[in-house]
Amino acid sequence: MSQQEYNEKVMDHFMNPRNVGMIEDPDGYGKVGNPTCGDVMEIFIRVKDDKIEDIKFRTFGCGAAIATSSMTTEMAVGKTVEEGMKITREDVAGELGGLPPNKMHCSNLAADALHMALEDYRRKIADKKT
Amino acid sequence: MKRIYMDHAATTPLAPEVLEAMIPYFSQRYGNPSSLHSFGREAREAVEEARAEVAALLNAEPSEIYFTSGGTESDNLAIKGIARRNRKKGRHIITSSIEHPAVLEVCKALTREGFEVTYLPVTKEGLVEVGAVEEAVCEDTILISIMHANNEIGTIQPLEEIGRLAREKEIYFHTDGVQTAGKIPVDVRSLGIDAFSISAHKLYGPKGAGALFIRKGVRIESIQQGGGHERGMRSGTENVPGIAGLGAAARIAKENMAEESERMRSLRDRMSGWVLKNIEGSWLNGHPDKRLPSNLNFSFRYIEGESLLLHLDALGIAASTGSACSSKKLAASHVLSAIGLSPVDSHGSLRITLGMSNTEEDVDYACRAIFDSVKRLREMSAMRPE
Repeated sequence: MSQQEYNEKVMDHFMNPRNVGMIEDPDGYGKVGNPTCGDVMEIFIRVKDDKIEDIKFRTFGCGAAIATSSMTTEMAVGKTVEEGMKITREDVAGELGGLPPNKMHCSNLAADALHMALEDYRRKIADKKT
Repeated sequence: MKRIYMDHAATTPLAPEVLEAMIPYFSQRYGNPSSLHSFGREAREAVEEARAEVAALLNAEPSEIYFTSGGTESDNLAIKGIARRNRKKGRHIITSSIEHPAVLEVCKALTREGFEVTYLPVTKEGLVEVGAVEEAVCEDTILISIMHANNEIGTIQPLEEIGRLAREKEIYFHTDGVQTAGKIPVDVRSLGIDAFSISAHKLYGPKGAGALFIRKGVRIESIQQGGGHERGMRSGTENVPGIAGLGAAARIAKENMAEESERMRSLRDRMSGWVLKNIEGSWLNGHPDKRLPSNLNFSFRYIEGESLLLHLDALGIAASTGSACSSKKLAASHVLSAIGLSPVDSHGSLRITLGMSNTEEDVDYACRAIFDSVKRLREMSAMRPE
């Protein structure tokens, strides 16, 4: 069943995920998905001088869910908040060399979690200013 | 790396003796069993010998065994063949909600021919209740099709009671026995079965071969027309090597059954004992006792089955899952849903089906592999005890 198979890069990120874990008291936090569908992702970020200095994730889900989470964190680290907001699901899948078609939609949510974490960060900054 | 196969409900390796029994029919004894000459005769003898061996496994008469291409075809032939032949008598069929797709999809297709189908629910252990079958029976019921043991959770159905009821009500009773033939005793006479489907590759035989037992006197029609092979029930030149393989597999299974099923049961209980004791948030799906000796179906909280399978695969263990994420349709297993598992709990399911090659050492290695994989995935999971 070739459509269900993962390529080498996806398998690498799945078996050896980068940036797994959490950040205590993060500058931004995002959580997406729902357990009924099978994927829940959390992203924690630390921001310094408008740059994503540290990022961690925790994911409940299939191989694609874990691999896309790992790849998203790898792509986001070192980027500015603005740049991070521009990372799309398609970018993540592309960077992984593609995902099985049936996994494109449901298991590729990490970019959304990242955006949510960045928005959370922006909101906190705005709150501090007021 | 050591590889341990624990997915025997999906398929089994060919037993060496089975392969040996098949080989001559690919090369030297290639005759068509329908031919009158000596080439045909030796092929025909092989087919008839296999028929006797399959009949012996089920306590049937050889004349009641019809060879097919496998379990799916046997289910198609039994259900469509009986339904269509008896449609003047009635148009109602009773089956269960946890049948294999080879039964469920056939029933669904028959509704387009005007048949009505009742899909019985099951208990949380996966049992069909005889009372529910009885309640579902109506004037119009012509066929009951209930599997012997479930392929996912291994629950063994009370066939004898259902068979008795079917006989009382004069309704035909078909059973998909793909998971039980050769693994636990099957006596079609004492179970009151009219049609019983089996598949060779689930009992260390070849893929592409199967059989359907049809009790003598059952009104059934063919679903595949042609040259009238298998006494008109299944046209198409016989798959002689496959049939010879099925016969050998049936014979070996019968010889080894008592010993092998005891060994399976002991390995199964060793594994479930260890896993349930050492992994928190885990449980066994299916029935505690009325269960195939080779089947285990665990659920693990906070992790997803496809991820678990891939981790186990990396450690050399082959298993399966009912998680939606691993299915083509991205839908949770219909069996796990039917026993009342929430989608979240089906996500974390793992099916282990043991077989001939598995040893105590394999089971212990697999236990550790499951433990380590579950632990790793839980560490990175976004779900956890609240």
